[in-house]
Amino acid sequence: MTVFAIILSAILTDNFVLSKFMGCCPFLGVSQNIGSSIGMGTAVTFVMLCSTAITYPISVLLLIPRDLQYLQTMAFILIIALFVQIVEMALKKLVPPLYKALGVYLPLITTNCAVLGVTILNVDQFANSVSFAVGYGKALLYAGCAGLGFTLALILFAGVRSRVAEADLPKMVQGIPSTLVAASIVSLSFLAFSGMS
Amino acid sequence: MPNKSVPLYKELTKGILKENPTLVGLLGMCPTLAVTQEASNALGMGLATTFVLIGSNIVISALRNVIPKSVKLPAYIVIIAGFVTLIEFLLHGFLPDLYSALGTFLSLITVNCIILGRAEMFACKNGIVRSALDGVGMGLGFTLALLLVGSVREILGAGTWFGIQLNGSYSLSILTMAPGGFLILGCIIALVNRITKREGKDLNGCAGCPAAKSCPNAKGA
Repeated sequence: MTVFAIILSAILTDNFVLSKFMGCCPFLGVSQNIGSSIGMGTAVTFVMLCSTAITYPISVLLLIPRDLQYLQTMAFILIIALFVQIVEMALKKLVPPLYKALGVYLPLITTNCAVLGVTILNVDQFANSVSFAVGYGKALLYAGCAGLGFTLALILFAGVRSRVAEADLPKMVQGIPSTLVAASIVSLSFLAFSGMS
Repeated sequence: MPNKSVPLYKELTKGILKENPTLVGLLGMCPTLAVTQEASNALGMGLATTFVLIGSNIVISALRNVIPKSVKLPAYIVIIAGFVTLIEFLLHGFLPDLYSALGTFLSLITVNCIILGRAEMFACKNGIVRSALDGVGMGLGFTLALLLVGSVREILGAGTWFGIQLNGSYSLSILTMAPGGFLILGCIIALVNRITKREGKDLNGCAGCPAAKSCPNAKGA
């Protein structure tokens, strides 16, 4: 994949939430208002970037040469869980304002499948690149763009949701059902981008 | 809280309809949306998750007095990831077609909130037999929900069911794509709301999530 194709696919054509269905829980849960969408999106992007920075070398340099790929799931989830914990502590100590903004979202990220998903997809897609550096660079780019795409979807959807919340709906579709149908329409609009790939 | 007054069979049956983790508990949305283009993939994913759920429930329940509270969640995640690795091996060896169809989502069973949710809410407080039955029931409930969504999407979207041709003359192929997943699941949950007379206003998928306490949404922010 070229750099441009990576950016385009991660943000638009293969958007993590709207076409890969990863990270649906925060997408449906934390998109009531734009503020929390931005907070959650930034926290996820940050953790995606940092955990890719750690898991990609571990997988490519350590696990694959030794035929230990089957340990990948276990190693990755442990690294992400550990890493989220460290980030939370570090932010609390070093950058209190950022912690205040992102802190509440961090514990949720361990079980966000978009984060584990992006680390696994990165190894699947880029592990056989020409050199380690090229693959590493592309993996980081993909992780960053996937996070951006996730944030974009969350922010767009927050706008849609605030309108849906004001609508007078029958009781049976209030809450999750109407949210899912709205998500379907937003997802439909993203489907149009797939023509570009 | 261990509830010895509940008869054993109820631990098994509650997950299938009354406390169905997907349609009533609104957990595990990602796999419900992602692998339900075809009924067969949905069934495979459901059974794989059931296997992991039963295994992790049994092990966590057996170790519930050994695992220190402070490292509870990491310990659970490692146990769950262990079972996921096992099922990955089994599927890769015996059902390679299903293995490649499920792809990344097989590894992502690790972060399925139903499994961590049952560990946190049930297995760590109950005995091994009860936890195993709970795992079977919840797993079957999840499988049924997946199968339902998958069947509707495949029949309407592709005109087939488990690959058998039912209707070749027309199909709504949009339903097998991403937007269709959201739409069909939304409609099915609305129907469930209608049948159970539940009002969806203050319900969200986070209510049963183990991280609900720290979640801004669960507090209604």
